[in-house]
Amino acid sequence: MISLSDYLILSSIIFCIGLVGIFINRKNIITLLMCVELILAAVNTNFIAFSHFLGNEAGQIFVFFILTVAAAEVAIGLAILTLMFRNRGSIDIDITSSLKG
Amino acid sequence: MTSAQILFYTFSFFLVASSLIMIFAKNAAKAVLFLVLAFFSVAGLWILLEAEFLAITLILVYVGAVMVLFLFVIKMLNIDKSTLRAKFAGYLPLGLIVAAIIVAEMTMVLGHEQFGLNIYPAPEKASADYSNITILALQLYTDYVYPFELAAVLLLIAIIAAIALVHRPEQNRKKQDISEQVSVRAKDRLRIVSIAKNNKEVNND
Repeated sequence: MISLSDYLILSSIIFCIGLVGIFINRKNIITLLMCVELILAAVNTNFIAFSHFLGNEAGQIFVFFILTVAAAEVAIGLAILTLMFRNRGSIDIDITSSLKG
Repeated sequence: MTSAQILFYTFSFFLVASSLIMIFAKNAAKAVLFLVLAFFSVAGLWILLEAEFLAITLILVYVGAVMVLFLFVIKMLNIDKSTLRAKFAGYLPLGLIVAAIIVAEMTMVLGHEQFGLNIYPAPEKASADYSNITILALQLYTDYVYPFELAAVLLLIAIIAAIALVHRPEQNRKKQDISEQVSVRAKDRLRIVSIAKNNKEVNND
């Protein structure tokens, strides 16, 4: 049978893949947003695995709300991205250093 | 190997492989498509964990709406491919080191000694008349009804914010201004000129 630790290790691997994606994609904000989605999927898998093995549905409710917040985040993030592309003509991260001082 | 194990390892393989292809993809549209495959694998894992409603929600909401939104934005913005991967090699070793350390630490902490089947035994299989969506709805509309309404308000705010951010007022559009039309006077638009006999123009106010 599959144990709880199998699910936890799998989701930690997915979390780290998302983290490496954020590290190496220093030029493209869209891929950065997709890596955040991957990390959220790993976290949600953790919640559901614990919910299944502990017999408590609260974890699934929490995943429901995380999905809601993530959908709102993506909508606003892509709107900001579109605005940035319209104003600067590019979505490079390197040129968005206006707040650096 | 039981069928559950075969399914678990199949979904895990496709999840890890498509995630890796996604983060190393040069083309952003290709990355989105492999993220879709990763989400399908995650949904399969969630069905193995008897969370059917959330698995279907993941496919409908994430693959059906959010990923399509990503594809729309990628196709709308003309991204220069050559500039995207300029600093690829510079940060890769650092990222790999951090990821390897995290995976090693997590594997030590989350191993079979702490979270194995002898500590957390596998729960019994749900009966045939078990309904995941009924259980979730009972909790969501009683204990969690206040967070549920807050989530609805959050989505409304997200809609308003997204529209307010990208909406551009249109220029050069021919449109009616009703108040201007109603408040117009005849003397604003009409000038009566009487032509005298000696050809001298007289303003007839």
